[in-house]
Amino acid sequence: MDDATPQTPALEAIGIGKRFDTVIANQDVNLRIEKGQIHALLGENGAGKSTLVNILFGLYRADEGEVRVNGEPVRMDSPHDAIEHRIGMVHQHFQLVPVLTVAENIVLGNEPTRGRGLLDLDRAADEVTELAERFSLAIDPGATVEDLPVGMQQRVEILRALYRKADILILDEPTAVLTPQETDHLLEVLRGLAAEGVAIVFITHKLREVLAVADQVTVMRGGRVVGTTTPAETDQAGLAEMMVGRSVVLRVAKTEARPGAGVLEIRDLHVRDDRDRPAVDGLSLEVRSGEIFGIAGVDGNGQRELVEAMTGLRTIDAGAVLLDDTDITGCTPREISELGVAHVPEDREKHGLIGPHSIADNLVLNRYFRPPYARRGLRQHAAINSDAERLVTDYDIRTESIGAPARSLSGGNKQKVITARELSHGARLLVASQPTRGIDVGSIEFVHQQIVGQRDNGVAVLLVSAELDEILSLSDRIGVIFKGRLVAIADAGDIDRATIGRLMTAGSDAA
Amino acid sequence: MNLLRSALVPLLAVVLAIATGAIIIELSGLNALEAYKALYDGALADRKGIGRTLEKATPLVMGGLAVAFAFKAGLFNIGGQGQLVIGALFAGAVGYGVTGLPWIIHMPLALLVGAIGGALWGMIAGALKATRGAHEVITTIMLNFVALNITDWLTSKVWREPGIIVRTPAIEPSAEIPRWSELPTGFALSVAAAFACWYLLERTTFGFEIRSVGLNPEAARYAGISVSRIVILTMGISGMLAALGGAIETQGVVGRYEPGFNAGLGFNGITIALLGRTHPLGVIPAALLIGAMEAGGSMMQFKADVDPEITEIIEALMLLFVATPILVRWVLRRRDASEISVGAHWGDA
Ligand SMILES: Nc1ncnc2c1ncn2[C@@H]1O[C@H](COP(=O)(O)OP(=O)(O)OP(=O)(O)O)[C@@H](O)[C@H]1O
Ligand SMILES: [Mg+2]
Repeated sequence: MDDATPQTPALEAIGIGKRFDTVIANQDVNLRIEKGQIHALLGENGAGKSTLVNILFGLYRADEGEVRVNGEPVRMDSPHDAIEHRIGMVHQHFQLVPVLTVAENIVLGNEPTRGRGLLDLDRAADEVTELAERFSLAIDPGATVEDLPVGMQQRVEILRALYRKADILILDEPTAVLTPQETDHLLEVLRGLAAEGVAIVFITHKLREVLAVADQVTVMRGGRVVGTTTPAETDQAGLAEMMVGRSVVLRVAKTEARPGAGVLEIRDLHVRDDRDRPAVDGLSLEVRSGEIFGIAGVDGNGQRELVEAMTGLRTIDAGAVLLDDTDITGCTPREISELGVAHVPEDREKHGLIGPHSIADNLVLNRYFRPPYARRGLRQHAAINSDAERLVTDYDIRTESIGAPARSLSGGNKQKVITARELSHGARLLVASQPTRGIDVGSIEFVHQQIVGQRDNGVAVLLVSAELDEILSLSDRIGVIFKGRLVAIADAGDIDRATIGRLMTAGSDAA
Repeated sequence: MNLLRSALVPLLAVVLAIATGAIIIELSGLNALEAYKALYDGALADRKGIGRTLEKATPLVMGGLAVAFAFKAGLFNIGGQGQLVIGALFAGAVGYGVTGLPWIIHMPLALLVGAIGGALWGMIAGALKATRGAHEVITTIMLNFVALNITDWLTSKVWREPGIIVRTPAIEPSAEIPRWSELPTGFALSVAAAFACWYLLERTTFGFEIRSVGLNPEAARYAGISVSRIVILTMGISGMLAALGGAIETQGVVGRYEPGFNAGLGFNGITIALLGRTHPLGVIPAALLIGAMEAGGSMMQFKADVDPEITEIIEALMLLFVATPILVRWVLRRRDASEISVGAHWGDA
């Protein structure tokens, strides 16, 4: 890259300020995105990253400051304006219509027509195929979006932006929901797009990705830009320190597990998915008190159904789930929870939180009905609030008030609310799906310490994560799930990353 | 502060509706001031007028509560009319059929039987939703027809007063809800019901569960709340509220059950709930307002020649302005400072 030629940046934010009531989400933010470069935006949960890119995409209106596209000041009043200026955005929560096909979703809003406003779906499909080939984002244009795994859905989102000829692409935590393989492929695609001249804004909490693809890095903290750097000038520890303002332990410090008696036993479990296809297919496992059992696997191999079945949320076809030798097969979610099972669900927005309820109410969502939070059917706000104050402090949940609705929190802070609630449940068994998805490095360190702390207190932990790093650094034993079965179970020390990776994608044939 | 803000839109809507109504009255060649004076005289000027307003407002509070309460669980109860006639008839049947009880027992007993009838009727729709996934809008509408036919049949065949008019016999005095110097005490009951609903929703764990199901049923299920149970119970309570409105009408106003006497009363609940912003306490002023319009409407017609249709137009305008706060804001040229919702994004469908 030639640093000497001063070129007009593709996208520029100058002195952006944004408040939500009393919260200052952005303050005097300057950002410069060059053509053909990948610009990583980094920062703690609640630092103001999503707010900033939402302003750039016209979803929020800035209170102060100016946005320039190719050097020209522009008004960004709605996403429509942003699209006019050829800005595309891939949201963390996909904005797709589940019942429509891939091609229909991609052309939605710019549909090719055949005279008189008749949809020309054949042409749409052809155009999509062509586009997909050009950017090596292979996809079946006729597939229905709801049938696709997340990685593919995200591909649809990217293709949609490209279909609208975006030459500025904004991605808000695109890799949070991807498997390592999908992530690698996405990074590859982003490099390719940048080489074609597309300017890319890329938000992530994964420092490895930043170092791998970014040309420029901007770090935010507390609504302000605290610095810019390049991967050449820094490393993971340096980035982490810039984000959090202190040095961060990136490896989990933990002692040898001292497992006790078996807590959870699953015997030959069979469960079907939403489409009635077998998802868990004869799975057995045991988790003992004082150990962390990690389940590694590519998303969609039955993890979700396994967790839902054992927490009472999904019907079990055959097999048994035992908790301390009590058969809990067929018990209700409440009964299972009351027997001492805490559950961090993987989809925080849909399953983990009730957005309009206050943060305090969400922090007791698994225990609001029992003393001291309720007495004789009446809610006890004093107890609820004092618990909430404590958890907000302990887990460093960034909010102005525990009375604020949970939906006003930043993505990572929402995750912290759920994690805080479930880890303070006083459970014997903790089932955690993606407990650190979307959480910043500093908080991951804390959550990991908490999970290990639970283990050391004799809790049995079942960890399901698409982050192989997380599985490897936390687990005492690891099971690899493939097509609804555990194809391998091993002590963490006896299995390496490459083997797990092979087993995840090819099942036991690979071993 | 918060209360003031949420009351602002309905208040302005009412003012706008009255102003627009004045223009319509003037345009039809009448005197708006005179008309509104008559409205005031009929609805508020004296004890008698106030009594009329409260009497009209009572079933409206109950119908509005029924809709607002169900709405907290994310349910649309359009079955208020059916639930109301069931409550009205059952209360009437107990009111005349059971004799020899003291007032302190007979009056509440009739109310209770009416309420239970409505609760069970409401639960049918709830159970259909919880077990079969049938949408409550469809089932409650259909159940309205069923309820009307059942009550008609019961009135004409089973509990009929001898004679040519199809109606039940007059209730015993011991079942009556008395007036207290022109003022109907049934209104106090409806206000008590509104406060009870508010307390239940805001202070109890059961209310928390109802609101949780209404806001995010999936997350509520993950939190261990039985969504089916909440749906059935909420529809039961909602049906009970509407039915109590009918029972109070029978025991406090009409004195018996007579088919057609409360036609349409149940449907007004939707209007009232919207006007009250689906807040259990908000329905009280909303019902008083519409009650006053109804009570004063006849006086407007009598004294100022204003057609009843114009009264209805003004009521409809109030609803229109409340339901479309954008109109009110537009009129006030006041841009809402709150955030553009992310849902308004182009990708949404
Ligand atoms: N709609 C909103 N209403 C009120 N406050 C909000 C709203 N959106 C964001 N905030 C607040 O603004 C601040 C910045 O939030 P933002 O979502 O931009 O953070 P972020 O950097 O994207 O964090 P994360 O990494 O957790 O996604 C937070 O304190 C958040 O609570
Ligand atoms: Mg964010």
